[in-house]
Amino acid sequence: MARTPAELAGAEPDPPFEITFDGRTVTALPGQSLAAALWGAGILAWRTTRAGGPRAAFCGIGQCFDCLATVNGTPNRRACLVPARPGDAVTTQEGHGHGPLGV
Amino acid sequence: MARSASEPYDLAVLGAGPAGIAGAVAASEAGLSVALLDASDQTGGQYFRHPAPTLRARRPHALHHDWPAFARLRGRLEASTADHLRAHHVWTVTRESADAWTVHALTGADGDGEHPVRIRARAVLLATGASERHLPFPGWTLPGVVAAGGAQAMLKSGLVLPGRRIVVAGSGPLLLAVASSLAAAGAHVPAVVEASGYLGYARHPRALATNPHKLLEAAAHGSVLLRHRVRPLTRSAVTEAHGTDRVEAVTVTRLDRHWRPVPGTGRRIACDALAVGHGLVPQTELATGLGCATRRTPDGTTALALDGLQRTSVPGLWAAGETGGVGGWLLARVEGELAGLAVAAQLRGRPAPGGRVAELRRRRDRMRAFADAMAAAHAPGPGWTGWLTDDTEVCRCEEVTAGHVREAVSGLGARDARTVKLLTRAGMGWCQGRMCGAAVACLAAAGTAEGTVPPSAERRPLAVPVPLGVLAAQPEAAQPEAAQPEAVQPEAAEPEATRPEGGAGPHGRADPA
Repeated sequence: MARTPAELAGAEPDPPFEITFDGRTVTALPGQSLAAALWGAGILAWRTTRAGGPRAAFCGIGQCFDCLATVNGTPNRRACLVPARPGDAVTTQEGHGHGPLGV
Repeated sequence: MARSASEPYDLAVLGAGPAGIAGAVAASEAGLSVALLDASDQTGGQYFRHPAPTLRARRPHALHHDWPAFARLRGRLEASTADHLRAHHVWTVTRESADAWTVHALTGADGDGEHPVRIRARAVLLATGASERHLPFPGWTLPGVVAAGGAQAMLKSGLVLPGRRIVVAGSGPLLLAVASSLAAAGAHVPAVVEASGYLGYARHPRALATNPHKLLEAAAHGSVLLRHRVRPLTRSAVTEAHGTDRVEAVTVTRLDRHWRPVPGTGRRIACDALAVGHGLVPQTELATGLGCATRRTPDGTTALALDGLQRTSVPGLWAAGETGGVGGWLLARVEGELAGLAVAAQLRGRPAPGGRVAELRRRRDRMRAFADAMAAAHAPGPGWTGWLTDDTEVCRCEEVTAGHVREAVSGLGARDARTVKLLTRAGMGWCQGRMCGAAVACLAAAGTAEGTVPPSAERRPLAVPVPLGVLAAQPEAAQPEAAQPEAVQPEAAEPEATRPEGGAGPHGRADPA
């Protein structure tokens, strides 16, 4: 009986790499989204709302926008859609997420 | 078929799930030039989500029923002449003339606006699938509370789980599939909590008897759950999630047949994650924005009204799969093929192959009957609002509570979701009401005499957030000729100004609210 999803799917991923979350090192597998890499490290919150509540991936398919994160300095990236790349720096997105005027 | 770059495609198919792939394959095998667009990098849609190639999953079939059948369908797509346009987030479709459409998309993993694209086509097949219906409850915004379909999607594509001890709750056949795959992937699932019963199916013996595949699938999930000692609790709901930084336990309460919580029956189940969802809702924004007629399904969702050949009420627009009512991947595949053949027949001005069309229509009608029976069995009862407290957040984006929505309804006279939105901002945030729409419509209906006002079909001019610069760069709507040759192919370079600098926050996107 499988004990992990990777065992169930018979996955033999390419070599893992590192990203950071609020400065902490997190291991990601090539092909995982940022949200999947964070879940894999047991991290379930990477945004705070205007009222201060912790949030992160909910719908998992890019529709709820609860998983918005700041990635390499750019706010409002949907972590469940954006693939993890070596060296990515994910930081908790706080409040309204306004960046410079985006046009 | 050969098609010069300046010509429009014969057919643009929106959505590369089973319906869209089957439609693209049928149309291109019938000689049409086809563009198949999807927001994802991969084909398969939500149901056949699968790990990226670099995760090197040797047993993708362990994550899916019917994987071999999907692999065959995908093989036919790869062998066809259809152009698969990956990572294309379609934000609107516009009509240029009687038989010319323009599909507007943003490219990139999350549509971050790097390359706005316009695709021209003579016909459009909408195969945009479904999304999950959510009913709020106290604590549902806690980290660790995730959508049932979301947990499934993250497992299938990223090979991860949201926790080790996961309660699965809500309503609908998806819950059994989610619980069995989470358990098979190593999670402990202390309970599957279903608000309806499964006895509702028994009222439709004919639909059951003529759809043995569905019974086999249910039996397969059932045996996995049995093997993992997962307890199914019917006529019950998670009425509260507890925790501070993340979910630590849930309260499961018995429901009466109207989904009203029965006082005094709540009990706590410890968990570190909750996967919750209340059925699927057809994703019809693009179609309703174009004026396509809709119908009400037995579980209260709005689906596209389609004729015997998958035509919408708008000439030139076809639809297939969940957009016409949630019914599963086999139905989607049948409808996709039917639509592809019908489009080819219409554009070529010759009849579709009669025998094949008749066979597909028979199969479609049989599976639709089953889908309707299942939808009726899991239709949310009106009593669910009984588990909301005044401070339960209903709109996750704008953090609007049930108390505020009720005040808008009982104090200020709102009678529909749109008025509630204008008064409270519920549904006005990033997700544009996709998460809270069903709940807000129910709460608004409580203010009407009948209490059963159907939610209005969602009409949004934009289906996904779009940087203002992309809108500003659009040619005038009154100039259909402006569909220049370079607009046909994915445009490599739009003006630099269209690229969002930093984040496209609420300032930087066009908000249709």
